[in-house]
Amino acid sequence: MRLDLVDITKSFPGVLANDRVSLNVSSGEVLALIGENGAGKSTLMNVLYGMYRPDSGEIRIDGQPATFQSAADAIEAGIGMVHQHFMLVPVFSVAENVVLGVEPTGVLGSLDIAKARQMVKEISDKYHLDLDPDELIENLPVGIQQRVEIVKVLLRDAKIVVFDEPTSVLTPSEILEFFEIVKSLVESGKGVVFITHKLKEALHIADRIAVLRRGKVVGETSPSQADENKIAEMMVGRPVQLVVSKNTAKPGAEVLSVSGLTVLDPDGRTVVDDISFAVRGGEIVGVAGVQGNGQTELIETLTGLRTANDGSVRLGDDDITASSPRLRHEKGMAHIPEDRQRQGLVVGMTIAQNLVLTRYHSPQFSSGASMDWGKVHDAAEELVKNYDVRTNDVDNLASTLSGGNQQKVIVARELSRDLQLAVASQPTRGVDVGSIEYIHSQIVKERDAGTAVLIVSTELDEVMALSDRVLVMYRGKIVAEVDPRVTSAMDIGLYMAGSKPQGVAS
Amino acid sequence: MPRWFDALGSRLNRMSSFVITLLAVLSALVVGAVIIILSDVERLGNGEIGAAFSELVTAYSALVRGSVGSLRALSETVNNSTPFIIAGVSVALAFKTGLFNIGATGQMLAGGLATTWVGFVMDGPAIVQIPLALLAGLVGGALFGAIPGVLKARTGAHEVITTIMLNYIASFTILWALDTQLFQRPDRSDPISKFVSDEAMLPKVFGFIGFGDEFPAHSGIVIALLVVAAYWWFLERSKMGFEFQAFGQNADAAEYAGMRAKRLTVVGMVVAGGIAGVAGGIEILGRYGYATQTFAGTIGFDAIAVALLGRSTPLGTVFSAILFGALQSGGREMQVETDINIDLIVVLRALIVMFIAAPLLVKAIWRVKSAQVSTGQTFKGWGS
Repeated sequence: MRLDLVDITKSFPGVLANDRVSLNVSSGEVLALIGENGAGKSTLMNVLYGMYRPDSGEIRIDGQPATFQSAADAIEAGIGMVHQHFMLVPVFSVAENVVLGVEPTGVLGSLDIAKARQMVKEISDKYHLDLDPDELIENLPVGIQQRVEIVKVLLRDAKIVVFDEPTSVLTPSEILEFFEIVKSLVESGKGVVFITHKLKEALHIADRIAVLRRGKVVGETSPSQADENKIAEMMVGRPVQLVVSKNTAKPGAEVLSVSGLTVLDPDGRTVVDDISFAVRGGEIVGVAGVQGNGQTELIETLTGLRTANDGSVRLGDDDITASSPRLRHEKGMAHIPEDRQRQGLVVGMTIAQNLVLTRYHSPQFSSGASMDWGKVHDAAEELVKNYDVRTNDVDNLASTLSGGNQQKVIVARELSRDLQLAVASQPTRGVDVGSIEYIHSQIVKERDAGTAVLIVSTELDEVMALSDRVLVMYRGKIVAEVDPRVTSAMDIGLYMAGSKPQGVAS
Repeated sequence: MPRWFDALGSRLNRMSSFVITLLAVLSALVVGAVIIILSDVERLGNGEIGAAFSELVTAYSALVRGSVGSLRALSETVNNSTPFIIAGVSVALAFKTGLFNIGATGQMLAGGLATTWVGFVMDGPAIVQIPLALLAGLVGGALFGAIPGVLKARTGAHEVITTIMLNYIASFTILWALDTQLFQRPDRSDPISKFVSDEAMLPKVFGFIGFGDEFPAHSGIVIALLVVAAYWWFLERSKMGFEFQAFGQNADAAEYAGMRAKRLTVVGMVVAGGIAGVAGGIEILGRYGYATQTFAGTIGFDAIAVALLGRSTPLGTVFSAILFGALQSGGREMQVETDINIDLIVVLRALIVMFIAAPLLVKAIWRVKSAQVSTGQTFKGWGS
């Protein structure tokens, strides 16, 4: 099968989301679609999957024009989509999830579960997916859940499979397994569209790479013709520094010291398990780990959003184990939170208001019961200029900013004062390449100014590029401390998965 | 559809939520008209469709006359709007704090009872009595509002449930109180309170220039507008207003920023309760002069619709409260002049709220296109 998107144009009031975009993918090949946030990938895929009608242009299946009124039409035409956020029912079995919506039925419409099991088994064997049809989804790791999503798509007879950021939830070894699956899909004649922002992965798996920028296809290339720098340049429109440039750290005195920290979740399960470590001034310590291994809880405890059940946290000379977030803030702790939309910003408020979210109460911005919005406005203009936030008015709502600029607002707010410790969780998640470069340089600058920096990221590349030391978290414990200059990503990946690299003494 | 209709639609393109609100009201009136005609079984049965339509015209013109057609009608509208404004601010402020205050009725009863007590035990000039009586209302409402606030902060009990339940508690507590010697009017055996002193009653707005008879609106409206002004200052200029709104829009971010969620929950409910208490006090001092079990009527619930319709903004709350007040007084006139029951007003209000709650429906009916309207599933998270 050959799928053609021909001159697709889709505009929203004020935005030209897709501008005469043409792409094609055929059976037996992998097309990587790469582009920054807001480049128009989502719109294009919404058009392809029948969610939006294009203003002009058409979709062709094997040369024949096709119109999709809904996702059902797209599925009917042989297009399958594996979403970034899985759509599975946790308390159902693999087989039950897979047949949801296309259930094989027996007498009087009862669910023929034996048949469903059989169907899953067949597809699983054919593509070496190694799935147990009877296992409940909630008992499966994320990598296996993704395979269930793949089986769902295959069962509906997809000829072209679209993956939306499929590797963002996987460990390095799971990513390799995922690539094996993609290969077997291609070998059996499926076409694959792989949407990603990870340049390395696109280069690794794709036959062709299409780059979107501002709604247009700015170029198509292939792994043999391009390298990371070239693709990044195509995405951003200018040369980009992909490697974090930094000198060797000059660590000073201990600023953050954590000892025996233990945190239980509301159900009483241990999520942070007797952790001890220290961060010294002038160094960046990275915490690597697969999502959900206690990093979130660790950071929330360090910043005062969660209470420790045992152990202590010291900042400089002060024991801050039980201090409020505001007190920690006043003692010189900055916190770039994991989820900027949920914690870092009030998107319905203005950029200026968000820039003072953590210090609106200081005498600088308020007197008595009232706020001095004039001063807030002036300070905000200054910060926006210094931290390269792209907006023409600080009184616009924060929701009007792109992801990268929203993150820069948080970085500006948190780093623009005298600090002892900066804690940053997923500092560049969902941020465009240009902004990543900028945010990384700000973090390194903060380190060089003598601040202790603690970084948590599920992007192993980021942790390795930024950190002077890397701690690996697995099931609430720190299972390894490594030097990123001499340890391979593969070995760190094994620690992240809970095993020990061969030939490494404990 | 005629061309002008499409033209109108595109003209309204990208217009503000204000337009949507107006269209919602208009839509409600149109549906109301259909209901009036369809419920006119007698005339429709006789095939007198023209007569049914003229009944509709009579009804809607009575609605206008009864609300703004004379000084007396205007007065009635002003007096009806006053408690809607204040209780509306109470609910709106709670909304802004992320709290759903369904308990304005109970808080009005608590505040009104406190006001009544001060009103009949005190002596002295109006300038002392009125502020003290209203202050008592404020405190009464605030204390009653504190209960769901503390319950939520301490135990996580949802304020929707607790405020609804507290409405019943207020209602029966006042029933009991009005039967006690302290409150009950000596010559009565039913639950009704003593009269507050004459000095405690709110003067007529234009009484001082002799217009008290032609325009009997009481000065509660002045207090109501002061409450709105204070609400505006609170939202736009105050430190605490900033905290309230940050907390209301994103509780996680507020906590991250060092604001104290539990304290904000309690204070938010206390302030909202206090304002509703003042609304209760003003009903006593402006309208009745005594308390009964039902003096708050359904104002506390209608205030939710007022706040929704006004989108919780100060000005919006005033306008929607006046609309509700006008519907109330116009509805009475309508009932006098036609066979249509005043309950139609309740239907109209319900329709307005329904249309407000379904902006997509209003936009579809009136062909308003807007950038913010999304349909179906969007691939949020793509490329992130």
